[in-house]
Amino acid sequence: MSERILMCGNEALAEAAIVAGCDAYFGYPITPQNEITAYMSERMPQEGRVFVQSESELAAINMVFGAAATGKRAMTSSSSPGISLMQEGISYLAGAELPAVVVNVMRGGPGLGNIAPSQGDYFQATRGGGHGDYCTIVLGPASVQELADCMPLAFDLADQYRMTVMVLADGILGQMMEPVTLDPKPRRELPPKPWALTGMKDRKQNIVRSLYLADGALEELNNRFMAKYRQIQDNEVLCEQYRIEDAEIIIVAYGIVARIARAAVDQAREEGIRAGMIRPITLWPFPSEQIGSAADTFRMFLAVEMSCGQMVEDVRLAVAGKCPVLLHGRPGGGVPTAEEVLEKIRQLTIPAGAA
Amino acid sequence: MNTVFQRTSVLKNCSTHYCPGCGHGIAHRLLAEVVDELNIQDRTIGIAPVGCAVLAYNYLDVDMIEVAHGRAPAVATGMKRTNPDKIIFSYQGDGDLAAIGTAEIIHAAHRAERITVIFINNAVFGMTGGQMAPTTMLGQITATTQQGRNPSNGQGYPLQVSEILALLPGTVYVERCALSGVPGIKRTKAAMKHAFGLQMDDAPGLSLVEILSPCPTYWRMSPAKAMKWIEEEMCKAFPIARLKG
Ligand SMILES: Cc1ncc(C[n+]2csc(CCOP(=O)(O)OP(=O)(O)O)c2C)c(N)n1
Ligand code: SF4
Ligand SMILES: [Mg+2]
Repeated sequence: MSERILMCGNEALAEAAIVAGCDAYFGYPITPQNEITAYMSERMPQEGRVFVQSESELAAINMVFGAAATGKRAMTSSSSPGISLMQEGISYLAGAELPAVVVNVMRGGPGLGNIAPSQGDYFQATRGGGHGDYCTIVLGPASVQELADCMPLAFDLADQYRMTVMVLADGILGQMMEPVTLDPKPRRELPPKPWALTGMKDRKQNIVRSLYLADGALEELNNRFMAKYRQIQDNEVLCEQYRIEDAEIIIVAYGIVARIARAAVDQAREEGIRAGMIRPITLWPFPSEQIGSAADTFRMFLAVEMSCGQMVEDVRLAVAGKCPVLLHGRPGGGVPTAEEVLEKIRQLTIPAGAA
Repeated sequence: MNTVFQRTSVLKNCSTHYCPGCGHGIAHRLLAEVVDELNIQDRTIGIAPVGCAVLAYNYLDVDMIEVAHGRAPAVATGMKRTNPDKIIFSYQGDGDLAAIGTAEIIHAAHRAERITVIFINNAVFGMTGGQMAPTTMLGQITATTQQGRNPSNGQGYPLQVSEILALLPGTVYVERCALSGVPGIKRTKAAMKHAFGLQMDDAPGLSLVEILSPCPTYWRMSPAKAMKWIEEEMCKAFPIARLKG
């Protein structure tokens, strides 16, 4: 499919997953991502692939675990409360080094929260989320097209590094409709899967596990994971830098909030305020180097996010005290407007009394 | 010279970590013999539980995976749906299947997943030190029922999962056997063989063999006494029966 079609984010990512060669989808309904499950229930069987509506998110992630262990491309999707239930499985996927794609269309929390858009799961997504020393790659798309483009990338990264890739979207991106083009061309050269469980025909037994009882064995495994994670931090960071060269204030925002912030940056420029934006596309690995070097010239950083202040901590770590880092956060389903962000920019850049 | 007995090659030539008199070792050997006799070693994928049998892949020579506590039927679903030509089995204890994994086994059965479940009921959580399981007998002393399991203390009754599963249209075969004595062991092997055979024939549902299995360590009994206790006590709450199919 290479024509431009109008789709909502949830359906676009589902179709993009199919185009990317997803063999199996397992999921349990939850708002605001129900379109994904419904779409997959129709389309996967049409393609001769697997769809199962599971009894819970616990089961869904473990079905992904089983399919992935046999070398298949498997995914699930959910929203915040369901992603919490999946954390056990995501930890086991990390320990067993299995590739998997998990989509989180975030909603407000904690608890049942609400069904409004949110970015409140940033900590959970970028810090592993479950128990143990591990990371998952986290992608934070900002448009329906980018959401669709994330899917082949997510499957490729998962296969290349044998780990979970989480696509972190929010209720707005999932629901809104935009034109998209789905690109079926292969992107990366991927390693074979000699570890997959396929039955021990013509070879020795394969074992997939995460239990390492021998003295020092787990520490060695953890250290190997850390080396892999460092390699990912070196090679896989994606971010967009927008009008930052001469900027006196740099907004850092991801996902749908970056779209809003971009409008605020443009309006600020029209008013003569030198504003710019850094938009992380990979949330883990975080573009710390890019933000850190932008902080070498003195300016101000303003993190804008739909949470109480989660991503801002990564910005502070990257800036490392070189410049002030401020926060404009809207939790619980609150969505910042461009006007609101612009006003914040004005307050921070126009000296008191000058206006 | 006539060979009258040969160890199956599906069982690795090593000693196990199981306690003396433990039923897991017997069940492993039966399972290995069945896989061997059905000639399916090269297309079988096994799922090890969290429990004393977590290291089953060290003894059974087939492709295997170790999964989170109780989730084996969901993992098996993911495997079988994407690999209908493979023979998928889970091997689960009574804590794994009848406590933490109740939802997963009920729903795998309810969806009629074409998998085989080997369910080891030893009336305790062996691995964590002999605590009460849902299958613990009334009056049985465990680490968490030190006065004996008593329903009026809120400790509930022995849970008969196989009877529940047999009621579901999604199961094609449910049988309860016991590892006490040679006839019981032979019957257990025949049941396993039947269950795998159904999967090989693509029978439309889940097959399960529950095995009453001794845990002399946490029953605080000699291996011989433990075998007797299965017959004299356990079989009262868990009658040996072909419950379905
Ligand atoms: C999520 C989780 N909770 C608890 C445990 C601890 N745990 C390990 S094995 C086990 C019970 C095993 O009992 P059973 O399934 O009957 O197997 P057995 O050892 O008796 O063969 C428990 C509670 C765990 N590993 N994971
Ligand atoms: S504790 Fe019980 S179940 Fe576990 S190995 Fe020992 S005898 Fe077997
Ligand atoms: Mg047990």
